[in-house]
Amino acid sequence: MKPRALVLRTAGTNCDKETAFAFSEAGAECAFVHINELKNKTQRLSEYHILVLSGGFSYGDDIAAGKILANELKYALGNELKAFIKSGKLIIGICNGFQILAKAGLLPGNDTLEQEVTLTINDSAKFEDRWVYVRGMRDEGRETKCVWTKGLPEVVYLPVAHGEGKFMSKDKALLQQLESNGQIVLRYCDEKGETAGYPANPNGSENDIAGICDITGRIFGLMPHPERHSFGWQHPRWTREGLRKTGDGLQIFRNGVEYAKKYL
Amino acid sequence: MLTYKIKVSEKEGIFDAVGHGALKDIQDLGIQGVRQVHFALLYYINGDVNQAQITRIAEELLIDKITQEYAISEGRGTRDERRVVEIAYNQGVMDPVEESVLKAISDMGINGVISVRTAKQYYLEGEFSEDTAKIISEKLLYNKVIQHVANRGTKDEGRGAKDEADYKFKLITVDLLSASDKKLREISKQGQLFLNLSEMRQIKNYFKSLGRNPTDCELETIAQTWSEHCRHKTFRGKIEYREVTTSQGHKVTSSKKIINNLLKSTIMKVTKELNKHWCVSVFKDNAGIIKFNDNYNICFKVETHNHPSALEPFGGANTGIGGVIRDPLGTGLGAKPIFNTDVFCFGMPDYPQGKLPQGVLHPKRVAKGVVAGVKDYGNKMGIPTVNGAVLFDEGYLANPLVYCGTAGIIPKDKCFKKVNKGDLIVVVGGRTGRDGIHGATFSSGELTHESEQASSGAVQIGNPITEKKILDTLMQARDKNLYRAITDCGAGGLSSAIGEMGEESGARVDLEKAPLKYHGLSYAEIWISEAQERMVLAVPKEKREKLLALFASENVEATVIGEFTGTKRLELFYQGNKVSDVEMKFLHNGLPQITKKAIWKQPRFKEPDFDCPQDLTDNLKKILSHYNVASKEWIIRQYDHEVQGGSVLKPLVGVSNDGPSDAAIVKPLLASSKGVIVSCGINFKFGLIDPYQMAASSIDEALRQIIAVGGSLKEVALLDNFCWGNPDKPDRLGSLVRAALACYKTAKGFGIPFISGKDSFYNEYSVNGKSKSIPGTLLISAIAVMDDVSKAVSMDIKKSGDLIYIVGDTYPELGGSYYFDTLGFIGNNVPKVNVKRAKALMDALSKATNRGFVRAAHDCSEGGIAVALAEMAFAGGLGLEVFLGEVPYKTRDEGRGTKDEGRKTKNAARNDFVLFSESNSRFIVEVEKSKQKEFEKAMQGVSFGLIGCVSGGRNLKAYGLDGRPCVEADIYDLKEAWQKPLRWG
Repeated sequence: MKPRALVLRTAGTNCDKETAFAFSEAGAECAFVHINELKNKTQRLSEYHILVLSGGFSYGDDIAAGKILANELKYALGNELKAFIKSGKLIIGICNGFQILAKAGLLPGNDTLEQEVTLTINDSAKFEDRWVYVRGMRDEGRETKCVWTKGLPEVVYLPVAHGEGKFMSKDKALLQQLESNGQIVLRYCDEKGETAGYPANPNGSENDIAGICDITGRIFGLMPHPERHSFGWQHPRWTREGLRKTGDGLQIFRNGVEYAKKYL
Repeated sequence: MLTYKIKVSEKEGIFDAVGHGALKDIQDLGIQGVRQVHFALLYYINGDVNQAQITRIAEELLIDKITQEYAISEGRGTRDERRVVEIAYNQGVMDPVEESVLKAISDMGINGVISVRTAKQYYLEGEFSEDTAKIISEKLLYNKVIQHVANRGTKDEGRGAKDEADYKFKLITVDLLSASDKKLREISKQGQLFLNLSEMRQIKNYFKSLGRNPTDCELETIAQTWSEHCRHKTFRGKIEYREVTTSQGHKVTSSKKIINNLLKSTIMKVTKELNKHWCVSVFKDNAGIIKFNDNYNICFKVETHNHPSALEPFGGANTGIGGVIRDPLGTGLGAKPIFNTDVFCFGMPDYPQGKLPQGVLHPKRVAKGVVAGVKDYGNKMGIPTVNGAVLFDEGYLANPLVYCGTAGIIPKDKCFKKVNKGDLIVVVGGRTGRDGIHGATFSSGELTHESEQASSGAVQIGNPITEKKILDTLMQARDKNLYRAITDCGAGGLSSAIGEMGEESGARVDLEKAPLKYHGLSYAEIWISEAQERMVLAVPKEKREKLLALFASENVEATVIGEFTGTKRLELFYQGNKVSDVEMKFLHNGLPQITKKAIWKQPRFKEPDFDCPQDLTDNLKKILSHYNVASKEWIIRQYDHEVQGGSVLKPLVGVSNDGPSDAAIVKPLLASSKGVIVSCGINFKFGLIDPYQMAASSIDEALRQIIAVGGSLKEVALLDNFCWGNPDKPDRLGSLVRAALACYKTAKGFGIPFISGKDSFYNEYSVNGKSKSIPGTLLISAIAVMDDVSKAVSMDIKKSGDLIYIVGDTYPELGGSYYFDTLGFIGNNVPKVNVKRAKALMDALSKATNRGFVRAAHDCSEGGIAVALAEMAFAGGLGLEVFLGEVPYKTRDEGRGTKDEGRKTKNAARNDFVLFSESNSRFIVEVEKSKQKEFEKAMQGVSFGLIGCVSGGRNLKAYGLDGRPCVEADIYDLKEAWQKPLRWG
């Protein structure tokens, strides 16, 4: 049976279709569900294996990116979410989705849903659409605990498109803890995997952080868009480097689907 | 009831992006003394809430705990710091965040809040005078059209709009029956109706026959329906046209030509005569529709939003893109937008502040505001902005041009609409407010320094999220067949939308049913308001409940406000009182036919006369640094050009993703190999010399960009967007006619139909009674269906050792070129198009590309061969060597007399002319050595030359006609020259 992914929609969600397309390509069955349907219980989160928070500008990113949907999730669906996580299921938040997870306190994650990290205004002070390299943890000599980033190439090429993607932690201690827990699973780098400044790190994120997971490795948030490089023709230089069938990002969706098939 | 003020600012040590940006802008303005700017956002929260609840709102909702802090005070509080500037929205202007903040507060279970208004606070640190602070506020921090400085002691609290008294019905009539001609003119002027005397007389006669005076609402409806903006009186009217040209030193005046309906006899005629089977719906709906595949069609529309953008760049461009997105939404039964395009013309960004005419915003401020407006709306709608152009010229100083386009995809069985008698009129989306009153008529007049006061109501701010919700819901309603017809509320608001939809059947509307943003609107204001993000549907009665339930489930307001009646009349009521009753026939066909005079006099510019410099490297750098040629990366990156995941060829290409792509390719269906190519052609400089050649060249340019990326001419459709001055002035209209004539000849010759278009007139600005027009500017947008996107090529040079060809002939056509421009000349010998040859050449190159013989291709446009080579080289990061002697160069051709040229430049084969001529229908092509024979065979019968090779390394080297180098430069220096001017940080 195909794992079921719930692609959450609300006012301002806008990368839902292509994200679902990539998930379907990876073998999931996707349903677009409006948050109202969860609130009025015509749809139940517990019937799905994967919760997908796609990119976009939920509620216009008014107040701050992702803030209003994070607030809504926390107050209206807090218990369902906790139960969903407790039952071992998966959550991925891409771009706006990552901002939502951070602001709802689901990443890096704690029992009180207290916000501990943020994604704030880029150092360049503007929205930017550009391709970046990110590296996983392989070079750090350890296997990632994150379900979603297993088996990725050493350096992954993906586009970012955001104005508020600068990762900041509430304090140094937490940052250190995330590092030692292996929760920092994607970092901006140059094409060789080396640390580099702007624009390789497109927003000024602390420790070049592009994506993190929770302590279990099942909740994952990242600023780059894997759905925008799931196919070879999406690569900005396929006309000079050759047309590959799949793109770097597809593995992320496959990982989610494979995990769900195996364990859920 | 209390108002709390919550001030949100960045914590100590956190980067204050807004404050930092403001400081940079202040320094850009040349103002000294400001050391630092601190920014804070203020929320005024009004309602029945206690201190504990306010604290929760501040702490849990309004601040980001990691980076921000807050302070709460009751009321507005006193201002003790002299240098604090607080900017609030004017009464009646929608606060874009109010709705979502209210929602979020109620999500938290706090229910007593009635209103939320925001304000921006800038705290300026440093040593400067009160006057300087005032200048900073006015020039940078706010726009009085929509905002004001909330002064100390003023008690506006930002909630005034809500407190407005209820409207008490009073029928207003306008006394036309007893009005003299002078009075009629006055009524038109004072009411901002922009109707001329013969139109006013026609209206008077109509109401005379009814034996009564019109109501204000009726008069407004007629004025809006008859406006240039909605009716295209110039293009559809009668024109007497003459040309005065110079031949062998003598003036020749052509005989008078009568043109009945310029649109039908040029633009639409092409389409009619070509009669392409894949043209599904043309010139009828909100956008033109062509076939995409067996199940889907594609539609495309480009609009302008010039006048509003001149007054309020952010809001004007914001609602411009918002408006054009509603065109595909309102086409057929609704198309899903797949990409946006935008083309801007601004004054020079380095124009001296002190020389600005009164009431004119600085071009750089206009440019930044417009870009921000498009970015905000396009990105939030989730539509990739993939193509465009930006041009700068002093001629656009007071009248910037903002062209916005949107294409959509639509199932082939949803392309047509029909209103039935008895269908309900349902308005969906945003609420109606006082914003945007008189937009349609306002854009049908010239701008003056008083426009910002007189027409401030015409400028609006958009709310993209409301429109996104409409889009999401509408697509579901469409697929469930819940409505029979749809159109958008654009210029003219409900009046225009319902007037149009009800043209055949008639309509009855109960105006008090329209949901309002606030109290106090009169029936006439409700009817003509151009509040954004609204669509009107014709809904069969039996679908009513389903439709309303669906919209409610997505939190989109949908309200039944009337019915299509079958009476063929437009009947409006307010609380049961009849406020309008006119025949649809008069409304739509009563406009008197007008005759306008048009004359085009061939201008004569100074012809430069100078020797060709030996080294042209600096000339090339200068052209690359020209604002119109320079990289637009700073703008492009602020647009999300990849959302929806279908971007096959991006606006920026090459080894470092920063070369200028000729056109964009998008896959609207991710699983299909088919794509859509979009490109544009615009060149106002050629139009200064001859609008005919401008139009022909723009079509050629748009088409060659499609060919350059691997497309073909098989299924290409064009859109025309004419932006001109006042068409009541014969010289303005004359150049328009000449451009339109070229559109017919050229498009017909290429076999490419137009499918839609739009015109914008009165792009003039008057100071002291003297009026200045923009240069007549035609934008040609092209859309092409591509069968297999894997055949696409990009313009960046790919590999050392490859061969470099030029395809197409070069002529000494330097008139209107950037080479002449950088030397201070315009010249006269403007590039022409030999359509027959151009088509043969494009077909041949298209086939060669399709068969895989082409590694890279780039069209020659601004800056000619030299700029094309430089761009290809630095985009690919590889040097080139070329020999100008191998370029097919013709000094004479039929109809290409060079007799008007200067002495030294006469008939000359010169390095500079070969390099910088902007002759049309030319490409630089990179071909793998092993494909040389096949490529040359494929190009048989077409003029081409093997001009050099990819030398690798870092140099671009061109050997002149004498065999000596005339250009030699490091490609990274060239790239820097090209990137620097518009790297605005």
